[in-house]
Amino acid sequence: MNPQLLRGLCYIAASIFFVFGLKMLSSPRTARKGNLVSAIGMLIAILTTLTAMTDVKWAWLIVGAVVGSAVGAMAARLVKMTSMPEMVGLFNGFGGLASLLVGWSEYHWNWAGSNQTILFTTVAILLTVLIGGVTFTGSLIAFGKLSGLVNGKPILFKGQNLVNAGLLIAIVVLSIAFCATGQQAPEAERGSLPYVLLVISILSAFVLGVLSTIPIGGADMPVVICLLNSYSGLAACAAGFVIGNNVLIVSGSLVGASGLILTSIMCRAMNRSLANVLFSGFGSATAAKGGGYQGEAKPISTDDAYLMLEAARNVVFVPGYGMAAAQAQHAVRELGELLEENGAEVRYCIHPVAGRMPGHMNVLLAEANVPYEVLVEPPDVNPNIEMVDVAVVIGANDVVNPAAREDENSPLWGMPIIEVDRAQTCIVLKRSLNPGFAGVDNPLFFKDNTRMLFGDAKASITSLVSEFKQ
Amino acid sequence: MELNATTMPLLFFVFVLAMFLGVELIKKVPSQLHTPLMSGSNAISGITIVGALIASGRPNSDAMVTVLATLAVTFAMINVVGGYLVTDRMLGMFKSKDKNGGTR
Repeated sequence: MNPQLLRGLCYIAASIFFVFGLKMLSSPRTARKGNLVSAIGMLIAILTTLTAMTDVKWAWLIVGAVVGSAVGAMAARLVKMTSMPEMVGLFNGFGGLASLLVGWSEYHWNWAGSNQTILFTTVAILLTVLIGGVTFTGSLIAFGKLSGLVNGKPILFKGQNLVNAGLLIAIVVLSIAFCATGQQAPEAERGSLPYVLLVISILSAFVLGVLSTIPIGGADMPVVICLLNSYSGLAACAAGFVIGNNVLIVSGSLVGASGLILTSIMCRAMNRSLANVLFSGFGSATAAKGGGYQGEAKPISTDDAYLMLEAARNVVFVPGYGMAAAQAQHAVRELGELLEENGAEVRYCIHPVAGRMPGHMNVLLAEANVPYEVLVEPPDVNPNIEMVDVAVVIGANDVVNPAAREDENSPLWGMPIIEVDRAQTCIVLKRSLNPGFAGVDNPLFFKDNTRMLFGDAKASITSLVSEFKQ
Repeated sequence: MELNATTMPLLFFVFVLAMFLGVELIKKVPSQLHTPLMSGSNAISGITIVGALIASGRPNSDAMVTVLATLAVTFAMINVVGGYLVTDRMLGMFKSKDKNGGTR
């Protein structure tokens, strides 16, 4: 058979593996196998490509592949589950950088070799380096914010939107200039102007990536990571247009679509538009606060909390970023098991934006051996939350803030929340009465049926566990 | 693929259909699997390794191409290997209530 035809078929097979792999991710039972199926697709794609290569610099290739694999494998093995958002953020960036390098390398090869370069290819190269560049530096900033290397607060300065708009216009002008000058007839005299324009475009994309990510606060990072995830796919897709390869286009757009859907899910879960997340500097000190809620919070001791939980028949845990920060997931699982032995029904209700990336809490609780059947979503709990005897809120704040339902002036107004204030009793584990990330006071703390258990979440839960064991 | 008036629209055709397919596929992923979905799709975006390999295997290329393409291979491989391994590690933690059932 014609080898080129055979390779085409292999690429189709690889794409089918990716599609089935993603399809199997729709259930926790098949998800792990799905990941393996997708990995096999990748192996097929790589091996197929290797057979097509005529002039291979094996030494370089092997060094690159071995170093990359070793770094990847080490990171995958060593990363803590609480640090998953940082790692995914960083990997998005590497994906973008890799695509950028592919685009640049292809341009250089055409330029140095005086090959024919048509408009289609120059546009594709430009898109690859721009998307890849924004993804790379944007992800580095996201990584820095999530891991605490950079201050997680939104960084705002005067005329920020003006600067960004100016930069965007500059990039558009550069792009047009590059596409107009970058085409080459075969064997033609090559000009250095388009190359300079390309390098300036890459640098501008780097700056844009930084500037567009710094005004976004730490708790809005789930949205940003989803968006960057999408970009890294689109960069790979654009690289597919550069080399005219369908498998890159298919897989790149699958990832692009995935990131876009997750982005829209996150935005909907916060009842905010993407533009609001990206440009408003939400959670900065200047953001509007809700009308200062008055009232008295009712602090309780672990003894009181123990008595309430001991009598409860229906308990819902509501974890948030605070649980991850305190590394309390194992203690929470232990408490949940003791409550079950005590005859209570125990569920864990997870808000889509809890934590620093979508599904973050699920992974932490899975790590602590909580079976996935008891991890539920707000629509599973809210309709009959009056039946819940005790709702335990662990380090979550904005996602349980009743101001979303009660106060039209609150920045959280309209956000779908977990309505723990309607449960029989609500115990809030928290360090202090400080408002959550959004900088919005939480009237939940002052409700009649709310009790505050102040202190480190892990310490509080651990002492509850030991009371149950006595 | 030779880029000409016939093949260029075909690439767009594939792109548009794959986007629609992606939307349909991902919509069905439950929110509890969103983190593994992200790290798994991260690994898939490492498909740019194919581009990196092709770039590194270009005939009559100079040292600059070798350096750029080798770096591209390195970063793409971090994505591929790291992405798949960490997704597997995560999904291995998702356990069913039915502890003896051997759910996977």
